[in-house]
Amino acid sequence: MRRSADDRVFRITTGMFAAIVLLLVIGIGFELWRQSMLSIDKFGFRFWTGRVWDPVSGEFGALPFIWGTLYSSFLALLLSTPIALGIAIYISELSPGMLRQPLAYLTELLAAIPSIVYGLWGVFVLTPIVRKLELLLPESLRRTPFFSGPPLGVGMGMAAIILSIMVIPFTSSVAREILKNVPIAQREAAYALGATRWEAIKVAIGFGKTGIIGAIMLGLGRALGETMAVTMVIGNNPQISPSLYAPQYTMAAVIANEFTEAADDLYLHALIEIGLLLFIITIFVNFISRFFIWTTKQRMERPA
Amino acid sequence: MLTAIDMERFNAALAPSAAALESMNAKISVRDFDFFYGSAKVLHGITLDIPDRQVTALIGPSGCGKSTFIRSINRMNDIIPNARAKGTISIDGRAIYSSDTDVVSLRRRVGMVFQRSNPFPKSIYDNIAYGLRIGGMRNRRELNNVVERSLIRAALWDEVKDRLNESAFALSGGQQQRLCIARALAVDPEVLLMDEPASALDPIATTKIEELIWDLKVNYTIVIVTHNMQQAARVSDRTAFFMLGRLVEYADTKTIFMNPKEKMTEDYVTGRFG
Repeated sequence: MRRSADDRVFRITTGMFAAIVLLLVIGIGFELWRQSMLSIDKFGFRFWTGRVWDPVSGEFGALPFIWGTLYSSFLALLLSTPIALGIAIYISELSPGMLRQPLAYLTELLAAIPSIVYGLWGVFVLTPIVRKLELLLPESLRRTPFFSGPPLGVGMGMAAIILSIMVIPFTSSVAREILKNVPIAQREAAYALGATRWEAIKVAIGFGKTGIIGAIMLGLGRALGETMAVTMVIGNNPQISPSLYAPQYTMAAVIANEFTEAADDLYLHALIEIGLLLFIITIFVNFISRFFIWTTKQRMERPA
Repeated sequence: MLTAIDMERFNAALAPSAAALESMNAKISVRDFDFFYGSAKVLHGITLDIPDRQVTALIGPSGCGKSTFIRSINRMNDIIPNARAKGTISIDGRAIYSSDTDVVSLRRRVGMVFQRSNPFPKSIYDNIAYGLRIGGMRNRRELNNVVERSLIRAALWDEVKDRLNESAFALSGGQQQRLCIARALAVDPEVLLMDEPASALDPIATTKIEELIWDLKVNYTIVIVTHNMQQAARVSDRTAFFMLGRLVEYADTKTIFMNPKEKMTEDYVTGRFG
Protein backbone atom coordinates (compact mmCIF):
# COMPACT_ATOMS: atom_id res chain seq x y z
CA MET A 1 0.00 0.00 0.00
CA ARG A 2 2.68 2.44 1.08
CA ARG A 3 4.77 1.42 -1.88
CA SER A 4 2.08 2.21 -4.39
CA ALA A 5 1.61 5.60 -2.72
CA ASP A 6 5.34 6.19 -3.17
CA ASP A 7 4.97 5.36 -6.81
CA ARG A 8 2.22 7.89 -7.21
CA VAL A 9 4.22 10.64 -5.55
CA PHE A 10 7.17 9.81 -7.73
CA ARG A 11 5.06 9.88 -10.85
CA ILE A 12 3.46 13.20 -9.96
CA THR A 13 6.78 14.90 -9.16
CA THR A 14 8.53 13.77 -12.29
CA GLY A 15 5.39 14.55 -14.30
CA MET A 16 5.49 18.07 -12.91
CA PHE A 17 9.07 18.53 -14.04
CA ALA A 18 8.09 17.39 -17.51
CA ALA A 19 5.16 19.80 -17.49
CA ILE A 20 7.47 22.65 -16.51
CA VAL A 21 9.45 22.16 -19.71
CA LEU A 22 6.30 22.36 -21.78
CA LEU A 23 5.10 25.43 -19.87
CA LEU A 24 8.49 27.05 -20.39
CA VAL A 25 8.25 26.65 -24.15
CA ILE A 26 4.73 28.05 -24.22
CA GLY A 27 5.74 30.82 -21.84
CA ILE A 28 8.73 31.82 -23.98
CA GLY A 29 6.56 31.92 -27.08
CA PHE A 30 3.96 34.02 -25.31
CA GLU A 31 6.52 36.48 -23.91
CA LEU A 32 8.17 36.89 -27.29
CA TRP A 33 4.80 37.65 -28.79
CA ARG A 34 3.79 40.06 -26.02
CA GLN A 35 7.05 41.94 -26.15
CA SER A 36 6.97 42.39 -29.88
CA MET A 37 3.41 43.78 -29.96
CA LEU A 38 4.53 47.28 -30.90
CA SER A 39 6.31 46.04 -33.96
CA ILE A 40 3.60 43.54 -34.89
CA ASP A 41 0.91 46.25 -34.66
CA LYS A 42 2.88 48.84 -36.57
CA PHE A 43 4.26 46.78 -39.45
CA GLY A 44 2.04 43.72 -39.60
CA PHE A 45 3.06 41.40 -42.39
CA ARG A 46 5.20 44.13 -43.95
CA PHE A 47 7.78 43.30 -41.29
CA TRP A 48 8.57 40.01 -43.02
CA THR A 49 8.86 41.44 -46.50
CA GLY A 50 10.52 44.79 -45.82
CA ARG A 51 14.12 45.17 -46.88
CA VAL A 52 14.92 48.33 -44.97
CA TRP A 53 16.35 48.09 -41.48
CA ASP A 54 16.74 51.65 -40.27
CA PRO A 55 16.57 52.14 -36.51
CA VAL A 56 17.11 55.89 -36.84
CA SER A 57 13.97 56.51 -38.87
CA GLY A 58 12.11 53.70 -37.11
CA GLU A 59 11.65 51.60 -40.25
CA PHE A 60 12.08 47.87 -39.71
CA GLY A 61 11.95 45.12 -42.31
CA ALA A 62 13.36 41.68 -41.49
CA LEU A 63 13.66 40.14 -44.93
CA PRO A 64 17.48 40.46 -45.22
CA PHE A 65 17.89 38.61 -41.91
CA ILE A 66 15.40 35.93 -42.81
CA TRP A 67 17.19 35.54 -46.13
CA GLY A 68 20.60 35.44 -44.48
CA THR A 69 19.49 32.79 -41.98
CA LEU A 70 17.81 30.56 -44.53
CA TYR A 71 20.52 30.97 -47.18
CA SER A 72 23.44 30.35 -44.81
CA SER A 73 21.70 27.32 -43.33
CA PHE A 74 20.88 25.95 -46.75
CA LEU A 75 24.48 26.36 -47.93
CA ALA A 76 25.73 24.83 -44.70
CA LEU A 77 23.54 21.77 -45.21
CA LEU A 78 24.73 21.51 -48.79
CA LEU A 79 28.29 21.23 -47.49
CA SER A 80 27.68 19.25 -44.32
CA THR A 81 25.21 16.63 -45.52
CA PRO A 82 27.51 14.61 -47.79
CA ILE A 83 30.35 14.79 -45.26
CA ALA A 84 28.14 13.91 -42.29
CA LEU A 85 26.54 10.99 -44.12
CA GLY A 86 29.95 9.84 -45.29
CA ILE A 87 31.17 9.83 -41.69
CA ALA A 88 28.04 8.00 -40.53
CA ILE A 89 28.35 5.36 -43.24
CA TYR A 90 32.05 4.89 -42.62
CA ILE A 91 31.66 4.52 -38.88
CA SER A 92 28.63 2.27 -38.93
CA GLU A 93 29.39 0.15 -41.99
CA LEU A 94 32.99 0.18 -43.06
CA SER A 95 35.40 1.12 -40.29
CA PRO A 96 37.24 -1.64 -38.43
CA GLY A 97 35.58 -2.34 -35.06
CA MET A 98 38.53 -0.95 -33.15
CA LEU A 99 38.21 2.51 -34.74
CA ARG A 100 34.45 2.73 -34.40
CA GLN A 101 34.11 4.10 -30.87
CA PRO A 102 37.01 6.59 -31.05
CA LEU A 103 35.75 7.97 -34.36
CA ALA A 104 32.20 8.34 -33.07
CA TYR A 105 33.56 10.04 -29.97
CA LEU A 106 35.72 12.43 -31.98
CA THR A 107 32.88 13.54 -34.24
CA GLU A 108 30.69 14.12 -31.23
CA LEU A 109 33.48 16.14 -29.65
CA LEU A 110 33.00 18.66 -32.45
CA ALA A 111 29.61 19.41 -30.96
CA ALA A 112 31.09 20.13 -27.56
CA ILE A 113 33.35 22.95 -28.74
CA PRO A 114 31.81 26.32 -27.73
CA SER A 115 30.66 28.32 -30.71
CA ILE A 116 32.79 31.32 -29.72
CA VAL A 117 35.82 29.11 -30.27
CA TYR A 118 34.58 28.24 -33.73
CA GLY A 119 34.11 31.94 -34.29
CA LEU A 120 37.66 32.80 -33.23
CA TRP A 121 39.09 30.01 -35.31
CA GLY A 122 36.97 31.21 -38.21
CA VAL A 123 38.17 34.80 -37.90
CA PHE A 124 41.86 34.14 -37.36
CA VAL A 125 42.55 30.91 -39.21
CA LEU A 126 39.87 30.19 -41.76
CA THR A 127 39.10 33.68 -43.03
CA PRO A 128 42.61 34.34 -44.45
CA ILE A 129 42.52 30.93 -46.15
CA VAL A 130 39.06 31.51 -47.57
CA ARG A 131 40.16 34.94 -48.79
CA LYS A 132 43.12 33.38 -50.63
CA LEU A 133 40.79 30.84 -52.21
CA GLU A 134 38.41 33.60 -53.19
CA LEU A 135 41.24 35.40 -54.93
CA LEU A 136 42.19 32.24 -56.80
CA LEU A 137 38.71 31.75 -58.21
CA PRO A 138 38.74 32.10 -62.02
CA GLU A 139 37.40 35.32 -63.45
CA SER A 140 34.64 33.52 -65.36
CA LEU A 141 33.11 32.31 -62.10
CA ARG A 142 33.61 35.67 -60.44
CA ARG A 143 31.25 37.14 -63.02
CA THR A 144 28.38 34.88 -61.89
CA PRO A 145 26.07 36.27 -59.20
CA PHE A 146 27.22 33.58 -56.76
CA PHE A 147 30.75 34.93 -56.47
CA SER A 148 30.32 38.63 -57.26
CA GLY A 149 31.79 41.37 -55.10
CA PRO A 150 35.13 41.96 -53.43
CA PRO A 151 36.85 38.93 -51.89
CA LEU A 152 36.82 39.91 -48.23
CA GLY A 153 37.07 36.49 -46.67
CA VAL A 154 34.22 37.24 -44.27
CA GLY A 155 30.79 36.87 -45.77
CA MET A 156 28.11 34.35 -46.62
CA GLY A 157 30.48 31.64 -47.87
CA MET A 158 32.63 31.83 -44.78
CA ALA A 159 29.55 31.59 -42.54
CA ALA A 160 28.32 28.57 -44.46
CA ILE A 161 31.65 26.79 -43.98
CA ILE A 162 31.76 27.42 -40.23
CA LEU A 163 28.11 26.44 -39.88
CA SER A 164 28.59 23.23 -41.82
CA ILE A 165 31.42 22.15 -39.52
CA MET A 166 29.23 22.84 -36.50
CA VAL A 167 26.31 20.91 -37.96
CA ILE A 168 28.25 17.80 -38.99
CA PRO A 169 28.34 16.10 -35.57
CA PHE A 170 24.58 16.43 -35.12
CA THR A 171 23.65 15.03 -38.50
CA SER A 172 26.29 12.31 -38.48
CA SER A 173 25.60 10.97 -35.00
CA VAL A 174 21.85 10.70 -35.60
CA ALA A 175 22.38 9.19 -39.06
CA ARG A 176 24.86 6.73 -37.57
CA GLU A 177 22.35 5.73 -34.92
CA ILE A 178 19.71 5.20 -37.62
CA LEU A 179 22.01 3.06 -39.76
CA LYS A 180 23.11 1.02 -36.76
CA ASN A 181 19.50 0.19 -35.98
CA VAL A 182 18.56 -0.99 -39.46
CA PRO A 183 17.66 -4.66 -38.94
CA ILE A 184 20.41 -7.05 -40.01
CA ALA A 185 17.69 -8.93 -41.90
CA GLN A 186 17.52 -6.07 -44.40
CA ARG A 187 21.20 -6.35 -45.26
CA GLU A 188 20.99 -10.13 -45.33
CA ALA A 189 18.09 -9.95 -47.77
CA ALA A 190 20.21 -7.80 -50.06
CA TYR A 191 23.33 -9.95 -49.73
CA ALA A 192 21.29 -13.10 -50.39
CA LEU A 193 20.18 -11.62 -53.70
CA GLY A 194 23.76 -11.03 -54.76
CA ALA A 195 24.21 -7.48 -53.53
CA THR A 196 27.69 -6.07 -53.14
CA ARG A 197 28.71 -4.37 -49.93
CA TRP A 198 27.82 -0.97 -51.34
CA GLU A 199 24.43 -2.19 -52.59
CA ALA A 200 23.67 -3.63 -49.16
CA ILE A 201 24.59 -0.28 -47.59
CA LYS A 202 22.24 1.43 -50.03
CA VAL A 203 19.46 -0.88 -48.85
CA ALA A 204 20.21 0.09 -45.26
CA ILE A 205 20.14 3.78 -46.20
CA GLY A 206 16.87 3.23 -48.04
CA PHE A 207 15.39 1.59 -44.97
CA GLY A 208 16.45 4.49 -42.76
CA LYS A 209 15.74 7.19 -45.35
CA THR A 210 13.11 9.07 -43.38
CA GLY A 211 15.25 9.04 -40.28
CA ILE A 212 18.26 10.27 -42.21
CA ILE A 213 16.20 13.15 -43.58
CA GLY A 214 15.27 13.82 -39.97
CA ALA A 215 18.95 13.84 -39.06
CA ILE A 216 19.64 16.41 -41.77
CA MET A 217 16.77 18.55 -40.57
CA LEU A 218 18.04 18.35 -37.03
CA GLY A 219 21.25 19.84 -38.39
CA LEU A 220 19.13 22.50 -40.08
CA GLY A 221 17.50 23.39 -36.77
CA ARG A 222 20.95 23.77 -35.31
CA ALA A 223 22.20 25.91 -38.21
CA LEU A 224 19.20 28.25 -38.14
CA GLY A 225 19.72 29.26 -34.57
CA GLU A 226 23.51 29.34 -34.44
CA THR A 227 24.55 32.80 -33.32
CA MET A 228 28.04 33.50 -32.09
CA ALA A 229 30.28 31.93 -34.70
CA VAL A 230 28.12 33.21 -37.55
CA THR A 231 28.01 36.72 -36.16
CA MET A 232 31.80 36.77 -36.13
CA VAL A 233 32.32 35.74 -39.73
CA ILE A 234 29.27 36.67 -41.82
CA GLY A 235 30.07 40.37 -42.13
CA ASN A 236 26.86 41.71 -40.56
CA ASN A 237 25.47 43.69 -43.43
CA PRO A 238 21.71 43.45 -44.05
CA GLN A 239 21.56 42.82 -47.77
CA ILE A 240 19.94 40.16 -49.88
CA SER A 241 22.45 38.67 -52.29
CA PRO A 242 23.11 35.23 -53.71
CA SER A 243 26.84 35.97 -53.59
CA LEU A 244 28.97 33.90 -51.25
CA TYR A 245 31.42 36.80 -51.11
CA ALA A 246 28.85 39.30 -49.87
CA PRO A 247 28.79 40.19 -46.18
CA GLN A 248 25.28 39.46 -44.98
CA TYR A 249 23.34 39.11 -41.76
CA THR A 250 21.27 36.50 -39.95
CA MET A 251 18.34 36.74 -37.55
CA ALA A 252 20.31 35.45 -34.59
CA ALA A 253 23.26 37.70 -35.39
CA VAL A 254 21.22 40.90 -35.56
CA ILE A 255 19.62 40.18 -32.21
CA ALA A 256 23.00 39.51 -30.61
CA ASN A 257 24.60 42.59 -32.11
CA GLU A 258 21.88 45.17 -31.68
CA PHE A 259 20.01 44.16 -28.57
CA THR A 260 22.13 46.31 -26.27
CA GLU A 261 21.81 49.36 -28.48
CA ALA A 262 18.04 49.20 -28.93
CA ALA A 263 17.22 52.49 -27.32
CA ASP A 264 13.52 52.89 -28.08
CA ASP A 265 10.69 50.42 -27.57
CA LEU A 266 9.83 49.95 -31.22
CA TYR A 267 13.44 48.98 -32.03
CA LEU A 268 13.43 46.53 -29.15
CA HIS A 269 10.10 45.06 -30.18
CA ALA A 270 11.29 44.67 -33.76
CA LEU A 271 14.31 42.68 -32.56
CA ILE A 272 12.14 40.53 -30.34
CA GLU A 273 9.79 39.87 -33.23
CA ILE A 274 12.75 38.50 -35.16
CA GLY A 275 13.37 36.30 -32.14
CA LEU A 276 9.76 35.17 -32.25
CA LEU A 277 10.03 34.14 -35.87
CA LEU A 278 13.31 32.34 -35.23
CA PHE A 279 11.65 30.56 -32.31
CA ILE A 280 8.75 29.41 -34.47
CA ILE A 281 10.97 28.27 -37.36
CA THR A 282 13.36 26.28 -35.17
CA ILE A 283 10.55 24.64 -33.21
CA PHE A 284 8.86 23.73 -36.46
CA VAL A 285 12.05 22.31 -38.03
CA ASN A 286 12.92 20.38 -34.88
CA PHE A 287 9.42 19.01 -34.61
CA ILE A 288 9.48 17.76 -38.19
CA SER A 289 12.93 16.22 -37.84
CA ARG A 290 12.05 14.48 -34.57
CA PHE A 291 8.91 13.18 -36.18
CA PHE A 292 10.88 11.67 -39.08
CA ILE A 293 13.41 10.07 -36.74
CA TRP A 294 10.65 8.78 -34.51
CA THR A 295 8.65 7.18 -37.33
CA THR A 296 11.79 5.48 -38.61
CA LYS A 297 12.61 4.10 -35.17
CA GLN A 298 9.04 2.84 -34.83
CA ARG A 299 9.42 0.91 -38.04
CA MET A 300 12.73 -0.56 -36.93
CA GLU A 301 11.32 -1.83 -33.68
CA ARG A 302 8.64 -3.66 -35.59
CA PRO A 303 9.75 -7.26 -36.17
CA ALA A 304 10.64 -6.96 -39.82
CA MET B 1 37.76 -69.27 -62.16
CA LEU B 2 37.08 -66.07 -60.31
CA THR B 3 39.38 -64.82 -57.60
CA ALA B 4 38.04 -63.29 -54.44
CA ILE B 5 39.08 -59.84 -55.62
CA ASP B 6 37.25 -60.31 -58.92
CA MET B 7 34.16 -61.33 -57.00
CA GLU B 8 34.37 -58.19 -54.97
CA ARG B 9 34.60 -56.08 -58.11
CA PHE B 10 31.74 -57.94 -59.65
CA ASN B 11 29.51 -57.35 -56.68
CA ALA B 12 30.48 -53.71 -56.52
CA ALA B 13 29.55 -53.28 -60.17
CA LEU B 14 26.20 -54.97 -59.68
CA ALA B 15 25.21 -53.14 -56.53
CA PRO B 16 26.82 -49.75 -56.26
CA SER B 17 26.84 -48.42 -52.74
CA ALA B 18 24.21 -45.92 -51.69
CA ALA B 19 26.90 -43.30 -51.31
CA ALA B 20 28.04 -43.78 -54.87
CA LEU B 21 24.49 -43.43 -56.11
CA GLU B 22 24.03 -40.23 -54.22
CA SER B 23 27.15 -38.58 -55.47
CA MET B 24 26.01 -39.24 -59.03
CA ASN B 25 23.25 -36.66 -58.84
CA ALA B 26 24.58 -34.57 -55.98
CA LYS B 27 24.02 -30.86 -56.49
CA ILE B 28 25.89 -29.89 -53.38
CA SER B 29 28.78 -31.94 -52.00
CA VAL B 30 30.09 -31.24 -48.54
CA ARG B 31 33.37 -32.78 -47.38
CA ASP B 32 34.92 -32.51 -43.91
CA PHE B 33 33.41 -29.11 -43.41
CA ASP B 34 34.31 -27.27 -40.19
CA PHE B 35 33.10 -23.85 -39.17
CA PHE B 36 34.40 -21.47 -36.53
CA TYR B 37 33.15 -18.29 -34.91
CA GLY B 38 36.41 -16.90 -33.63
CA SER B 39 37.94 -19.79 -31.70
CA ALA B 40 34.64 -21.60 -31.14
CA LYS B 41 34.20 -24.54 -33.46
CA VAL B 42 30.52 -24.87 -34.27
CA LEU B 43 30.57 -27.42 -37.10
CA HIS B 44 32.66 -30.55 -36.96
CA GLY B 45 33.62 -32.43 -40.10
CA ILE B 46 30.29 -32.34 -41.90
CA THR B 47 30.21 -34.63 -44.93
CA LEU B 48 27.09 -35.11 -47.01
CA ASP B 49 25.68 -34.89 -50.52
CA ILE B 50 22.55 -32.94 -51.26
CA PRO B 51 20.70 -34.30 -54.29
CA ASP B 52 19.54 -32.18 -57.20
CA ARG B 53 15.87 -31.14 -57.33
CA GLN B 54 14.88 -32.68 -54.07
CA VAL B 55 14.05 -31.27 -50.69
CA THR B 56 16.64 -31.86 -47.99
CA ALA B 57 15.62 -31.03 -44.44
CA LEU B 58 18.08 -30.16 -41.70
CA ILE B 59 16.76 -30.93 -38.24
CA GLY B 60 18.20 -30.88 -34.75
CA PRO B 61 17.90 -29.09 -31.42
CA SER B 62 18.62 -25.36 -31.09
CA GLY B 63 22.29 -24.55 -31.36
CA CYS B 64 23.11 -27.76 -33.20
CA GLY B 65 24.65 -25.86 -36.10
CA LYS B 66 21.98 -26.44 -38.73
CA SER B 67 21.48 -22.72 -39.34
CA THR B 68 25.22 -22.12 -39.49
CA PHE B 69 25.46 -24.95 -41.96
CA ILE B 70 22.71 -23.72 -44.26
CA ARG B 71 24.21 -20.21 -44.16
CA SER B 72 27.54 -21.70 -45.20
CA ILE B 73 26.06 -22.89 -48.47
CA ASN B 74 25.65 -19.35 -49.83
CA ARG B 75 28.49 -17.96 -47.70
CA MET B 76 26.10 -15.76 -45.79
CA ASN B 77 28.33 -16.22 -42.76
CA ASP B 78 31.01 -14.19 -44.51
CA ILE B 79 29.40 -11.02 -43.20
CA ILE B 80 29.99 -12.12 -39.59
CA PRO B 81 33.37 -10.90 -38.32
CA ASN B 82 35.86 -13.60 -37.36
CA ALA B 83 33.86 -16.39 -38.96
CA ARG B 84 35.99 -18.98 -40.72
CA ALA B 85 35.39 -22.15 -42.71
CA LYS B 86 37.53 -25.23 -43.28
CA GLY B 87 36.93 -28.17 -45.61
CA THR B 88 34.96 -27.97 -48.83
CA ILE B 89 31.46 -27.35 -50.06
CA SER B 90 31.07 -27.70 -53.82
CA ILE B 91 28.10 -26.93 -55.98
CA ASP B 92 28.10 -28.72 -59.32
CA GLY B 93 31.63 -29.79 -58.53
CA ARG B 94 33.00 -26.30 -57.97
CA ALA B 95 34.37 -25.49 -54.53
CA ILE B 96 32.60 -22.38 -53.24
CA TYR B 97 35.18 -21.56 -50.58
CA SER B 98 38.06 -21.44 -53.02
CA SER B 99 39.76 -18.09 -53.42
CA ASP B 100 38.51 -17.56 -56.98
CA THR B 101 34.84 -17.83 -56.04
CA ASP B 102 32.78 -14.76 -56.79
CA VAL B 103 30.53 -14.57 -53.73
CA VAL B 104 28.10 -12.21 -55.42
CA SER B 105 27.41 -14.58 -58.29
CA LEU B 106 27.37 -17.55 -55.90
CA ARG B 107 24.56 -15.91 -53.95
CA ARG B 108 22.64 -15.31 -57.13
CA ARG B 109 22.79 -19.02 -57.87
CA VAL B 110 21.95 -19.98 -54.31
CA GLY B 111 18.88 -18.09 -53.13
CA MET B 112 17.88 -17.78 -49.51
CA VAL B 113 14.69 -17.28 -47.55
CA PHE B 114 14.95 -16.28 -43.92
CA GLN B 115 13.16 -17.15 -40.72
CA ARG B 116 11.39 -13.82 -40.54
CA SER B 117 10.11 -12.31 -43.74
CA ASN B 118 12.30 -9.34 -44.57
CA PRO B 119 10.80 -7.37 -47.44
CA PHE B 120 12.40 -4.06 -48.34
CA PRO B 121 10.39 -0.91 -47.62
CA LYS B 122 9.47 -0.72 -51.28
CA SER B 123 6.51 -1.69 -53.40
CA ILE B 124 5.72 -5.34 -54.07
CA TYR B 125 6.98 -4.89 -57.61
CA ASP B 126 10.23 -3.24 -56.58
CA ASN B 127 10.90 -5.94 -54.01
CA ILE B 128 10.78 -8.64 -56.66
CA ALA B 129 12.69 -6.54 -59.17
CA TYR B 130 15.48 -5.65 -56.73
CA GLY B 131 17.72 -8.60 -57.47
CA LEU B 132 17.28 -8.14 -61.20
CA ARG B 133 18.00 -4.44 -61.06
CA ILE B 134 21.22 -4.82 -59.12
CA GLY B 135 22.07 -7.47 -61.69
CA GLY B 136 21.76 -4.77 -64.32
CA MET B 137 18.36 -5.51 -65.88
CA ARG B 138 16.66 -2.28 -66.93
CA ASN B 139 14.23 -3.36 -69.62
CA ARG B 140 10.75 -2.71 -68.24
CA ARG B 141 9.03 -5.45 -70.20
CA GLU B 142 11.56 -8.05 -69.17
CA LEU B 143 11.20 -6.95 -65.56
CA ASN B 144 7.42 -7.18 -65.79
CA ASN B 145 7.69 -10.71 -67.11
CA VAL B 146 10.04 -11.91 -64.41
CA VAL B 147 8.04 -10.23 -61.64
CA GLU B 148 4.88 -11.92 -62.85
CA ARG B 149 6.55 -15.31 -63.31
CA SER B 150 8.19 -15.18 -59.89
CA LEU B 151 4.97 -14.25 -58.14
CA ILE B 152 3.13 -17.03 -59.94
CA ARG B 153 5.77 -19.53 -58.89
CA ALA B 154 5.54 -18.35 -55.32
CA ALA B 155 1.74 -18.74 -55.46
CA LEU B 156 1.20 -15.08 -54.67
CA TRP B 157 0.26 -13.63 -58.05
CA ASP B 158 -3.52 -13.92 -57.71
CA GLU B 159 -3.46 -12.17 -54.36
CA VAL B 160 -1.32 -9.20 -55.39
CA LYS B 161 -1.62 -8.76 -59.16
CA ASP B 162 -3.86 -5.70 -58.76
CA ARG B 163 -1.68 -3.94 -56.23
CA LEU B 164 1.89 -4.41 -57.31
CA ASN B 165 2.65 -0.80 -56.48
CA GLU B 166 1.52 -1.04 -52.89
CA SER B 167 4.05 -1.30 -50.10
CA ALA B 168 5.21 -4.80 -49.31
CA PHE B 169 4.60 -4.03 -45.63
CA ALA B 170 0.87 -3.95 -46.36
CA LEU B 171 0.88 -7.72 -46.92
CA SER B 172 0.15 -10.28 -44.20
CA GLY B 173 2.98 -12.25 -42.62
CA GLY B 174 2.42 -15.31 -44.78
CA GLN B 175 2.15 -13.20 -47.91
CA GLN B 176 5.35 -11.37 -46.99
CA GLN B 177 7.16 -14.67 -46.67
CA ARG B 178 5.91 -15.82 -50.07
CA LEU B 179 6.98 -12.42 -51.42
CA CYS B 180 10.46 -13.12 -50.09
CA ILE B 181 10.39 -16.50 -51.81
CA ALA B 182 9.30 -14.83 -55.05
CA ARG B 183 12.07 -12.27 -54.64
CA ALA B 184 14.61 -15.08 -54.25
CA LEU B 185 13.20 -16.92 -57.29
CA ALA B 186 13.33 -13.80 -59.47
CA VAL B 187 17.10 -13.98 -59.91
CA ASP B 188 16.66 -17.54 -61.14
CA PRO B 189 18.73 -19.50 -58.62
CA GLU B 190 19.43 -23.21 -58.85
CA VAL B 191 19.40 -23.82 -55.14
CA LEU B 192 16.96 -22.40 -52.62
CA LEU B 193 17.98 -22.30 -48.96
CA MET B 194 15.19 -21.86 -46.44
CA ASP B 195 16.05 -21.14 -42.84
CA GLU B 196 12.91 -22.02 -40.85
CA PRO B 197 10.73 -20.26 -43.40
CA ALA B 198 7.44 -20.96 -41.63
CA SER B 199 8.39 -20.68 -37.98
CA ALA B 200 6.81 -17.24 -37.61
CA LEU B 201 3.62 -18.11 -39.48
CA ASP B 202 0.19 -19.39 -38.54
CA PRO B 203 -0.85 -22.95 -39.56
CA ILE B 204 -2.71 -21.91 -42.72
CA ALA B 205 0.15 -19.78 -44.00
CA THR B 206 2.51 -22.62 -43.08
CA THR B 207 0.51 -25.09 -45.16
CA LYS B 208 0.73 -22.74 -48.12
CA ILE B 209 4.50 -22.48 -47.79
CA GLU B 210 4.81 -26.27 -47.53
CA GLU B 211 2.69 -26.82 -50.64
CA LEU B 212 4.85 -24.28 -52.37
CA ILE B 213 8.01 -26.16 -51.42
CA TRP B 214 6.56 -29.30 -53.01
CA ASP B 215 5.88 -27.44 -56.23
CA LEU B 216 9.24 -25.74 -56.30
CA LYS B 217 11.37 -28.84 -56.06
CA VAL B 218 10.57 -29.68 -59.66
CA ASN B 219 12.88 -26.85 -60.64
CA TYR B 220 15.05 -26.16 -57.63
CA THR B 221 17.28 -27.96 -55.20
CA ILE B 222 15.85 -27.04 -51.83
CA VAL B 223 17.53 -27.16 -48.43
CA ILE B 224 15.31 -26.33 -45.50
CA VAL B 225 16.09 -25.91 -41.82
CA THR B 226 13.15 -26.65 -39.60
CA HIS B 227 12.36 -27.03 -35.93
CA ASN B 228 9.15 -28.71 -36.75
CA MET B 229 9.54 -32.47 -37.15
CA GLN B 230 6.17 -32.96 -38.84
CA GLN B 231 7.17 -30.33 -41.34
CA ALA B 232 10.40 -32.12 -42.14
CA ALA B 233 8.48 -35.36 -42.55
CA ARG B 234 5.89 -33.72 -44.80
CA VAL B 235 8.04 -31.72 -47.16
CA SER B 236 11.42 -33.37 -47.46
CA ASP B 237 12.89 -36.27 -49.41
CA ARG B 238 16.06 -36.48 -47.38
CA THR B 239 16.68 -35.51 -43.79
CA ALA B 240 19.90 -34.71 -41.99
CA PHE B 241 19.94 -34.78 -38.21
CA PHE B 242 22.44 -32.43 -36.56
CA MET B 243 23.50 -32.49 -32.97
CA LEU B 244 26.15 -30.35 -31.22
CA GLY B 245 27.70 -29.32 -34.51
CA ARG B 246 27.95 -32.84 -35.85
CA LEU B 247 25.96 -34.64 -38.51
CA VAL B 248 24.54 -37.61 -36.65
CA GLU B 249 22.54 -39.25 -39.38
CA TYR B 250 21.57 -38.50 -42.94
CA ALA B 251 19.19 -40.64 -44.97
CA ASP B 252 15.84 -40.77 -46.72
CA THR B 253 13.28 -38.90 -44.68
CA LYS B 254 11.25 -42.07 -44.30
CA THR B 255 14.22 -43.92 -42.87
CA ILE B 256 15.06 -41.14 -40.42
CA PHE B 257 11.55 -41.04 -39.07
CA MET B 258 10.58 -44.73 -39.26
CA ASN B 259 13.78 -46.63 -38.89
CA PRO B 260 16.74 -44.51 -37.82
CA LYS B 261 20.06 -46.21 -37.28
CA GLU B 262 21.23 -44.03 -34.43
CA LYS B 263 19.70 -44.07 -31.00
CA MET B 264 20.10 -40.30 -30.74
CA THR B 265 18.13 -39.72 -33.93
CA GLU B 266 15.35 -41.92 -32.71
CA ASP B 267 15.21 -40.13 -29.37
CA TYR B 268 15.02 -36.78 -31.11
CA VAL B 269 12.39 -37.60 -33.73
CA THR B 270 10.20 -39.32 -31.19
CA GLY B 271 10.39 -36.23 -29.03
CA ARG B 272 12.37 -37.61 -26.11
CA PHE B 273 14.49 -34.49 -26.14
CA GLY B 274 14.73 -31.38 -28.25
